[in-house]
Amino acid sequence: MPVDYIPRIQEKYAQEGYPAYQWVVNPDPPPWQPLRRPLAECRLGLVASGGIYVTGQVAFHYKDDTSFRVIPTDVKTTDLRATHFAYDLTDARQDPNVVFPIDTLRGLVSEGVIGALAAHAYTCMGGIYSARRVREELAPQLTERLLAERVDAVLFVPV
Amino acid sequence: MSSALDITRAVNPPRAAFLDYPLGHTTGKPHEPALQREILWQALEAFTSLTIPGTVKMLPFIWSEDQAWQATAQRGPDDRRPRYDTPQYQTEEDRQRAAAGMPCSA
Repeated sequence: MPVDYIPRIQEKYAQEGYPAYQWVVNPDPPPWQPLRRPLAECRLGLVASGGIYVTGQVAFHYKDDTSFRVIPTDVKTTDLRATHFAYDLTDARQDPNVVFPIDTLRGLVSEGVIGALAAHAYTCMGGIYSARRVREELAPQLTERLLAERVDAVLFVPV
Repeated sequence: MSSALDITRAVNPPRAAFLDYPLGHTTGKPHEPALQREILWQALEAFTSLTIPGTVKMLPFIWSEDQAWQATAQRGPDDRRPRYDTPQYQTEEDRQRAAAGMPCSA
């Protein structure tokens, strides 16, 4: 059985003295946009919330960090770093592809499964306590960037 | 993609692919590129195969035969780190590079 994270995280916040966490629940059917062309012809965007940055960039902090980092999709994998308050970083630091599948995606482009990657990937912190700040501060900026890069689809990789 | 099924069902995105792995492994196991490729290929396939808004594709991979990690994730101690409000670098060298405004791969 998959882990029930909602009660688990509520319990953790309660222990820290936070007010009851307001989970986002969207009961209505989500908006729908079919893929406009085959994946092999698509330009794919990547957004990941595992706290990935490139050495030389300012790292994320752990208290409601709504900033994002812009990472060229031809980045050297060995220049990638991981920082996050809420998951065990051991494996992500050994192989960032477990939360930021950049080599995997580049391989699928070489194979012809995906048409191309957008010029940049976007990364952020997860565990931002305020869903409102994600909705009003972070998401619109990412959307604007991705549209400017003319992506056909975006892969979101949360942690 | 997701490795937290209940959260993803609550958010209810147009399409999703669920991988039943421990947090921190949303797209696979470390240093297993063939597995990572297969996981991602099956996830991306959902872009074309899913036709009903709100569907979550269940990816057919398990972390371990006994899935013992699930009990720890459900009931183990709280292993999250404090919510520092200053940048948390992986290495001291990263901190110095960022402070100096050095480009990556310098």
